[in-house]
Amino acid sequence: MTDVSTDSPRSASKGPDMVNMQVWRGDASGGDFKLYEVEYREGEVVLDVIHRIQATQANDLGVRWNCKAGKCGSCSAEINGLPRLMCMTRMSTFEPGQDITVAPMKTFPVMKDLVTDVSFNYEMAKRIPAFQPKPKDADGKRRMAQRDVERSQEFRKCIECFMCQNVCHVIRDHDENKVHFAGPRFLMRIAELEMHPHDTGDRIPLAREELGLPYCNITKCCTEVCPEHIHITDNALIPMKERVVDRYFDPITRLGRAIRRKR
Amino acid sequence: MAVTTVQAGRGTRPAQNLRVDRWWLQPALTAAGLTAFVIYSTWSTFTPHDYFAGATVGRDYLSPFFSPCITNRCGAGTTWHLVNWWPFSAAILMLPFPLMFRGTCYYYRKAYYRSFWFSPPACAVPEPHGKYTGESRFPLLVQNLHRYALYLVIPFPIILLWEAWKGTHMITVSAAGSLVTSRGLGLGTLILFVNALLLLTYTLSCHSCRHLCGGHLNALSKGPTRYWLWKRVSFLNEHHMGLAWVSLVAVGLTDVYVRLVASGAIHDPRFF
Repeated sequence: MTDVSTDSPRSASKGPDMVNMQVWRGDASGGDFKLYEVEYREGEVVLDVIHRIQATQANDLGVRWNCKAGKCGSCSAEINGLPRLMCMTRMSTFEPGQDITVAPMKTFPVMKDLVTDVSFNYEMAKRIPAFQPKPKDADGKRRMAQRDVERSQEFRKCIECFMCQNVCHVIRDHDENKVHFAGPRFLMRIAELEMHPHDTGDRIPLAREELGLPYCNITKCCTEVCPEHIHITDNALIPMKERVVDRYFDPITRLGRAIRRKR
Repeated sequence: MAVTTVQAGRGTRPAQNLRVDRWWLQPALTAAGLTAFVIYSTWSTFTPHDYFAGATVGRDYLSPFFSPCITNRCGAGTTWHLVNWWPFSAAILMLPFPLMFRGTCYYYRKAYYRSFWFSPPACAVPEPHGKYTGESRFPLLVQNLHRYALYLVIPFPIILLWEAWKGTHMITVSAAGSLVTSRGLGLGTLILFVNALLLLTYTLSCHSCRHLCGGHLNALSKGPTRYWLWKRVSFLNEHHMGLAWVSLVAVGLTDVYVRLVASGAIHDPRFF
């Protein structure tokens, strides 16, 4: 996608302008791109134009959306080949006259047009044991220092748009890995729980042996596409890989743990 | 209009690259940069002369590729006479450690997986491999040795700082014809110091270092010193990619400079 600043000539135009939008149309049995010539106005986003196509040219166009504010994570799609939220992609970011392709997420099965079946993600979520808190303090309360809260709060910003799952080549290009690779969103969920000072669970063997952490080759696409700008790779996946190294590969930290246990 | 038909079954779109930007530019530049460094460093390793600028040019500069020099083949540039039986280039003894550190570095892994192995070449661009097991099996399982590489490489920037300090020895010839050593600062000294500091910063910004400093704790509030360290290393870690490149270029340029001074091709300016 050739992105330009929001001050491009496209945004300078006051009246409606026309754009050629190629939208994927199809279902589980197959499909192809269909070209729509449609008008758009200053300040609009790709989702507005998709809605205009739906209202004026293709009433049966399937598209999933909710908040139009980048917070529900429903309208994930691939715009000019890059995973993006349709509601957060301004039309002014494209060159005037440039065709725009809008396709459903590649990693998940197409249900209809731009709507994909993302149930893989919910199945993976079920495999992660929930928060297992320590007993409360003597006064019946639980306390956390702000500096401990901050680290896992970054991961709580996730809106579950599943674009990180979609872009991750481990499952995007290798469907067979969906059996044993949870994807960045759920490895991040494990990291969030593992780093929680009140959690007593041990999910490191699960991450390593069942949910595919070693499959991640840290090429950072999950971080690049995250609309919440969560540092998934640096703050969740690599720290989890380092905890695996602590547990399985580093004799010095193993020795340290053994000494602490003896005390 | 591009028309592509998918087969029935999986129901997903076919593997095709819909990106229209210059997605290939970054992996191409990365591949070019890393290839250039590998070629130059290999040449330098197997060109064991002019890597020490000594008394003949009035300086005490040792190329970082050969530091610490532990064989007597380095002549006056020898740091410690530990492996005097070694018949080959002294750099061969030292370079494997930084090479192992950089080779297993989380940033460089991303760089060469994308640029050389196309796994993937860029985000949402299909990779050409039929099967993928990532770092779950040998040989890529050895990427878990990055922690060991960190332990081994930590002394290197400190030794390079010491070598840079040695570079403040300015050697002149007295009226009587004898060699006189005095403290001073040449352009080469500054280059050696900057190179050592960049390598130190790159080493400290490592993800494993960040983890060891405090990232392994669940309750950072219980370890205020480690929290302080973790915050500082986290700041450096945000610039890990930049530091990886800058320090890589710096170490190559420092070698070039020392060789130019040692061979007499240029005169090292002295500030005082």
